[in-house]
Amino acid sequence: MLVIGSNTTEAHPVLGAMIKERKRAGAKLIVCDPRKIELAKYADVYLRQKSGTDVALVNGMMHVILRENLHNEAFIAERVENFDALKATVAAYTPEKTSEITGIPAELIEKAARIYATGPNSAIFYTMGITQHVTGTNNVRTMANLALLCGMLGRPGTGVNPLRGQNNVQGACDMGCLPDVFTGYQKVSNPEVREKMKAAWNGIEMPATPGLSVVKMMEAAGKGGIKALFIMGENPMVTDPDTHHVRHSLEKLDLLVVQDIFLTETAQLADVVLPAACWAEKDGTFTNTCRTVQRVRKAVDAPGEARADWEILTSIAQRMGAPWTFKSASEVFDAIAQVTPSYAGMSYARLEEGPLAWPCPTPDHPGTPILHTAKFARPNGKATFSPCEWKAPHEWPDEEYPFLATTGRLLYHYHSGSMTRRSAPGEFVKELYVEVNPNDAARMNLSEGDSVRVTSRRGSVEGKAKITDRVPPEMVFLPFHFGEASANILTAAVIDPDSETPGYKISAVRVEKA
Amino acid sequence: MPTYRSHVLVCGGTGCVSSGSLKLQENLKAELAKKGLDKEVLVVQTGCHGMCEAGPIVVVYPEGTFYTRVQPEDAVEIVEEHLFKGRVVKRLLHREELNAEAVAHYNELPFYSKQHRITLKNCGYINPDNIDEYIGRDGYQGLAKALLEMTPDDVINEMKISGLRGRGGGGFPTGMKWEFCKKSVSDKKYTICNADEGDPGAFMDRSLLEGDPHAVLEGMAIGAYAMGADEGYIYCRAEYPLAIKRLKRAIAQAEEYGLLGKNILGTSFSFELHVKEGAGAFVCGEETALMASIEGERGMPRPRPPFPANKGLWGKPSNINNVETWANVPQIILNGGAWYASMGTEKSKGTKVFALTGKVKNTGLVEVPMGTTIREVVFDIGGGIINDKKFKAVQIGGPSGGCLTEQHLDLPISYESLTGAGAIMGSGGLVVVDEETCMVDMAKFFLEFTQAESCGKCVPCREGTKKMLDILVRITEGNGKPGDIEKLEYLGNQIKEASLCGLGQTAPNPVLTTLRYFRHEYEAHINEKKCPAGVCSALTNYVIDPAKCIGCTKCARICPVGAISGEIKKPHAIDTEKCVKCGACAEACPVKAIARR
Amino acid sequence: MQGIEAIINGKKIIAEPGMTILQAARANGIHIPTLCDHPVLKPVGACRVCLVEVEKNPKLLTACSTPLNPGMVVHTHSPRVLEARRAVVELLLVRHPLDCFSCSSNGQCELQDVAYELGIKESRFADEGDTCRSYALEDANPFYVRDMNKCILCGRCIRTCDSLAQYHAIDFQNRGIKTMVQPPVGKDLENSDCTFCGQCVQMCPVGALSEKTSIGQGRPWEMEKVKTVCSYCGVGCELNILVNKKTGRIANVKTDYTSQTALNEGRACVKGRFAWQFVHSDERLTKPLIRENGTFREASWDEALNVVVGRLVQIREEHGPDTIGFFSSARCTNEENFLLQRLAREVIGTNNVDHCAHL
Repeated sequence: MLVIGSNTTEAHPVLGAMIKERKRAGAKLIVCDPRKIELAKYADVYLRQKSGTDVALVNGMMHVILRENLHNEAFIAERVENFDALKATVAAYTPEKTSEITGIPAELIEKAARIYATGPNSAIFYTMGITQHVTGTNNVRTMANLALLCGMLGRPGTGVNPLRGQNNVQGACDMGCLPDVFTGYQKVSNPEVREKMKAAWNGIEMPATPGLSVVKMMEAAGKGGIKALFIMGENPMVTDPDTHHVRHSLEKLDLLVVQDIFLTETAQLADVVLPAACWAEKDGTFTNTCRTVQRVRKAVDAPGEARADWEILTSIAQRMGAPWTFKSASEVFDAIAQVTPSYAGMSYARLEEGPLAWPCPTPDHPGTPILHTAKFARPNGKATFSPCEWKAPHEWPDEEYPFLATTGRLLYHYHSGSMTRRSAPGEFVKELYVEVNPNDAARMNLSEGDSVRVTSRRGSVEGKAKITDRVPPEMVFLPFHFGEASANILTAAVIDPDSETPGYKISAVRVEKA
Repeated sequence: MPTYRSHVLVCGGTGCVSSGSLKLQENLKAELAKKGLDKEVLVVQTGCHGMCEAGPIVVVYPEGTFYTRVQPEDAVEIVEEHLFKGRVVKRLLHREELNAEAVAHYNELPFYSKQHRITLKNCGYINPDNIDEYIGRDGYQGLAKALLEMTPDDVINEMKISGLRGRGGGGFPTGMKWEFCKKSVSDKKYTICNADEGDPGAFMDRSLLEGDPHAVLEGMAIGAYAMGADEGYIYCRAEYPLAIKRLKRAIAQAEEYGLLGKNILGTSFSFELHVKEGAGAFVCGEETALMASIEGERGMPRPRPPFPANKGLWGKPSNINNVETWANVPQIILNGGAWYASMGTEKSKGTKVFALTGKVKNTGLVEVPMGTTIREVVFDIGGGIINDKKFKAVQIGGPSGGCLTEQHLDLPISYESLTGAGAIMGSGGLVVVDEETCMVDMAKFFLEFTQAESCGKCVPCREGTKKMLDILVRITEGNGKPGDIEKLEYLGNQIKEASLCGLGQTAPNPVLTTLRYFRHEYEAHINEKKCPAGVCSALTNYVIDPAKCIGCTKCARICPVGAISGEIKKPHAIDTEKCVKCGACAEACPVKAIARR
Repeated sequence: MQGIEAIINGKKIIAEPGMTILQAARANGIHIPTLCDHPVLKPVGACRVCLVEVEKNPKLLTACSTPLNPGMVVHTHSPRVLEARRAVVELLLVRHPLDCFSCSSNGQCELQDVAYELGIKESRFADEGDTCRSYALEDANPFYVRDMNKCILCGRCIRTCDSLAQYHAIDFQNRGIKTMVQPPVGKDLENSDCTFCGQCVQMCPVGALSEKTSIGQGRPWEMEKVKTVCSYCGVGCELNILVNKKTGRIANVKTDYTSQTALNEGRACVKGRFAWQFVHSDERLTKPLIRENGTFREASWDEALNVVVGRLVQIREEHGPDTIGFFSSARCTNEENFLLQRLAREVIGTNNVDHCAHL
């Protein structure tokens, strides 16, 4: 098991326990993280790479695998293209050079490469530590290259497994809440798809040009290109990068509608706030990180006049003249199945029996817990290597901002904290803290619990110092759950050009005793 | 090799070391060097002789002169008189009692002459730190015979013929136990030596490990060969540092000689042996708890089945025997099972080592053939009761054992006979009790021990022994209630029935056997609020015998609470309401007129 | 594989190879009481309540840990068994406080059940002053309360922490009657490896561990169980929300360790199990709000929806559909996300729809 850029035991605790369980049963564990996270304690090899050097690290591992002939020749020959290009790219990443870039001793890179390649089954787990970089897409591609190189795909115990940070990120993507695709990743640019949707959705012509991403919409709002935003259940004032800029953009809008369960930092800026029912107050489905669809069931009534989001959306559509007739979540699900091939075989009746993993194309299909067993999702059924060169991050500590700040989650809180901070964990971890390495703390004459100010080019926050060698020297870690001291005041809205995901994990900052 | 005209054997067991034998050895060597005798006389440090209370012990060969209680400063005299001038130092010869006749030779001592030493044969004779001395006394010949002349089945068969049974207390036939483990199919097996000797007063394992560690290693290697194990552990309590040190040295030497490790004696048989230090929990003497402890978990017993022979250490087939059992193995293989079976009773073969303690004249380790009577052990070997008081009982088998009485004195000792009488062989603790011992108090002592040492896992042992202890405490404090005896019996029987491991299943034995043979003492405590032996302080009073009292007033003057009154030269009296039972008066009385009753 | 045949209580039964006596009995509808056993935990044979008599075996054996062998003849309720079982439970009751009346476990307490089954009202061996009252209540954290006076030392919490939570934050300490379950010496729970996942709490057969978040929220028999999925991370743990039928409020969140449908195998973390009070928070939005002169005022749904629709239509007409953007939510259901993108694409006519998957 290769865990990279994922503090699994805190962000995905149950999965973290399962990884530890496998490790105790004899599996090998490689952990790569600049922070000495809990899993590092159990790792056979712990690689403490410098932030933003993941591509180099994995290229270096592939270099070793090729040099020692540990790659899966047969798998590549049968199922992967572009092998020569990969070889050419990773040739330069000798363990020595990789060591120079990443700060990891060469022999540890070699050891990790051998463990991964010789499996016999090896799985990669990653989260935002990989994606929330300006080079996030390349980071992911490099993971895929590694798995393809060793044929670690399509079997139980293998794969490239992104651990979804939120209960239903997978579902929101599956449902087409992305600017370029309809449900089931059907491209908006594909005329056939648009025709199908038109037929299913009341004969309305579908827009063909891909829309804007969250960060681009925020940017456009700031410049006047976006006049109205309808925000359902998100809190960009806390979770988006560069909080000051977000506030500016939202304030500039002609119309901001926020549909949420609390008057969040974002809702406070809205023109209209619509009270929504929360998770325990409605029926529906979530799709988890393994593409498994499960039923959410109503347990209690929503408070006051709050309504389920699907009911609110239906009312709005109806008032705008759309002939929507949904009377239950189950009916909406049937409409999803109707236009989404990977969900076509699912229904509430089937989900009552238990979870189903997509693709599940027909009502008698058992679902697909493991992808790519025989074919990849490309026209010729083959995968392709996408070799990537390592690029230095968008921002790097310098004389003025000598520390590198990284952000992330705590076990006890969740995202913008609007739920957990109003529940039992809120009493346990009440305020922002900043992890500081003991060496740095000593240099700054900082004691546990002292106030520290962390300042980037974009802004400044204060929190209590937590002195720990979980962070390496010259790095600080800030959890981002605390709206009143939002870690995202520091982060830059600089995005990965492909995924348009911001590079949350790296900000150059100054750290001072406050 | 140089030859010496004389060997001076100085005991280096824990008992003698603590009474100064190391300094004595140094002094002896220095004195010999001064006299230029160091090329003629060799000082050897040996293991335990078993008579620890008479230490430090020195034996001078070839004469076999047996000196006891030798102090470091006596070295001068031994060298000058005995080794230089050839005159025995009479002053240092052993005497059974203060005025008894001195005994010049080892073999004349009843303590030794009535014993039959097989497992202890090297203890006190050889230097345990020197493998050559062990080899010189047939050491590792049993292993050689097993490896070179016998199949594993032959070995097991020989063990079965010998009739050897587990010496740790269970008494399970060793050959059968080995056979179960041998039949268990696995890629990995372990042999384990239980050296977590924890019974209060028991020290036979310690003496064996300190005095003859190679016998244990050789036995384990033979067992491993028979069962197909290639790795072993000796689990030794950390309170035995000397034993651990000697074991580790012995293992290193045996490995150096090719008698342990890879390809032993050039055969394909390999056996790697480790020493694991226990943390001193009594329950770790229980085999499944011991294995949990080796695995790094808290030492708590696991239910059986599955038995260790199928699923033991780290889930692999394992065989566990105690120190004494393993030490018997080399000689059984060397001399044949039939030889061993010729000793003992029908079902209990060979010899057994007992730790004889309590109110007997000679205390120490004794090895006797099975079938020897308790009387022979207590009166012939032990020399009878101190001050020739009346024998009352003997507690056999430690805190898990039971009390036997005068009526059992002629009982031949065997697994069956002891169990039948309500005691157990246990690891061989033998505590002799005289008339001044309160049996309720003694049962309470043992139960205090087992309750404190209960691992806490199973309900009957943890909660049940506590409740029994509570009842015993209130009985000895004079608060016993009618029905308490019945409660003790019920609880005792249910704890035996329902407990998880041997500790709980035997913990009530001291109470149940004393109830069986000394029920009247319990009844006296409860009904008459009296302690017949005069031990339980809440139930006894100091009284002055007016017939003896001379009215000297010493007692009245020494009493810290002013409880004694009386006129000079007239009998005094104690106010029992005021008396705090400190006993100062009895000690002060010049005519022994004050007694506890 | 061939089934194993044996006889339990005179009845011929067939069980799968490898089953323990307890598993075989359960599979054949024969009840044997237990305390330290749990189907997903390794049996340890500690409580001795499941002792049974197996013919030809001199000792009573624990059904939970003894493999069923072919031809075994087992008696689960013979007089000898019942006597031992009764003695064990009565011994447990010597120290266990009998304040069942106010105990959070009342109604789901397994000790209560076993005592009831054996007809035990009180322990014959209890003397005045025996009841354990010496341990202070431990409630420094907001998640659960430890009352070690009630602990019966079955060790289920320890095994849960070790094998399900994979932390081993607690273990037995001390010996004899002083044995107790504790984090490592010198540490309190709040500074130990405990992550307050609360799995031990659910596993506790008595009231030694109880959810602090559920104090006063209702009695076990007042609960209705609603099976759902956790709303936090992407693992998708199956949870059971316990709703108090009287109040209509959430009283507790538990899991089902034997559920056939749970991807989490009954596990959950501190958030899944304890972070649900926000549902009933006073700060919940209960009415639509409209901003007027820089402040919010409450409005009817009708009015609020009309404002939203009116403004959206107006902006679309004035500036075109692509000046309107939609943020959907990875926190909402598939159904809601589906409708939001349809609202954007079908009703407004823009592909400006995204959510935080990009963040």
